[in-house]
Amino acid sequence: MNYGIVSQEQLEAIEEILSQKLIKLGVDCAIIIDMAGNIITVKDNSKSKYDIYSFAALAAGNFATVDAMAKLVGETEFSLLFHKGQDSNIHFSKIDDELLLITMFGRDISLGFLRLNVVEAIEQIQKVWDRQE
Amino acid sequence: MSFINLKDKVVQVKIVYYGPGRCGKTTNLEYINRKFREQIQSEMVSLKTHGDRTLFFDFLPFHMGQIKGYDIKIQLYTVPGQVKYNATRKLVLKGVDGIVFVADAMEKQREKNIRSLNQLHENLQAYKESIFKIPLVMQYNKVDLKEHGIPVLPISVLQQDLNSRLQVPYFEASAITGYNVAATLKKIISSTVVSIQKKLL
Repeated sequence: MNYGIVSQEQLEAIEEILSQKLIKLGVDCAIIIDMAGNIITVKDNSKSKYDIYSFAALAAGNFATVDAMAKLVGETEFSLLFHKGQDSNIHFSKIDDELLLITMFGRDISLGFLRLNVVEAIEQIQKVWDRQE
Repeated sequence: MSFINLKDKVVQVKIVYYGPGRCGKTTNLEYINRKFREQIQSEMVSLKTHGDRTLFFDFLPFHMGQIKGYDIKIQLYTVPGQVKYNATRKLVLKGVDGIVFVADAMEKQREKNIRSLNQLHENLQAYKESIFKIPLVMQYNKVDLKEHGIPVLPISVLQQDLNSRLQVPYFEASAITGYNVAATLKKIISSTVVSIQKKLL
């Protein structure tokens, strides 16, 4: 498996999915990272400014920690993580063994509606991603 | 594994500072953070305990400029050095492209260095990487302690203990004063970038 390089067409296709499925919904920022903490792509509503490189490193670490905890309690994985704040929330979802989709959103989106869209977005991204292998 | 974005022409490279507890991994990053401020756009992230020991990792993104039109973004990480944190140490090594092994040159730390290097070897194997193949630089840290009357291992002994089979570039250094910190960093960046280029060709 060579996930190290992504073509321009693939990235554009993935960004389009993120825009259509998540940004249009009102999500502040959608990031795809790999489990090593590298950023694959970022799409935001151009209003929010985050330090995404540090964010990706911490998010990958966070997800890896939870994954290790899952194994300790006999689960194969906790594929979904959600952090709730006063004004903003973060939702993590696994795309495959190497990729993670992180969504940051405010109070005006319900978690259920977001999850529904994340699932659809992930299915579409998987299709684009599989094409390279 | 480094990540290469062909659309935005960005290469992300992960370099990990590894070594036994209190050998100076975080101090290396702190020095780099101060010294190369203009190449670093964000704050250094440190996940540490109340006692200032690294709990998970330190993270410092570092901008290196361009090679053949590609922006090189170096991501520097440290691992927690304490023996009990091997599970988290292993997590940080995921996807690593280059490693700096920071050894503590103090005489009494001799055994800890060897143990830590052996564990690095095992941890890399878990990711199907080999310590003999991955870009690696040795840093023998704390050589300045000699001047303060603290017994320090001679470089020949450190080389014999840690680098006799690996035969990788090495530096004596003092992370606290900055001596050879930049030299170590330059060396590991160049070895890593060359190795990535080779993989791509």
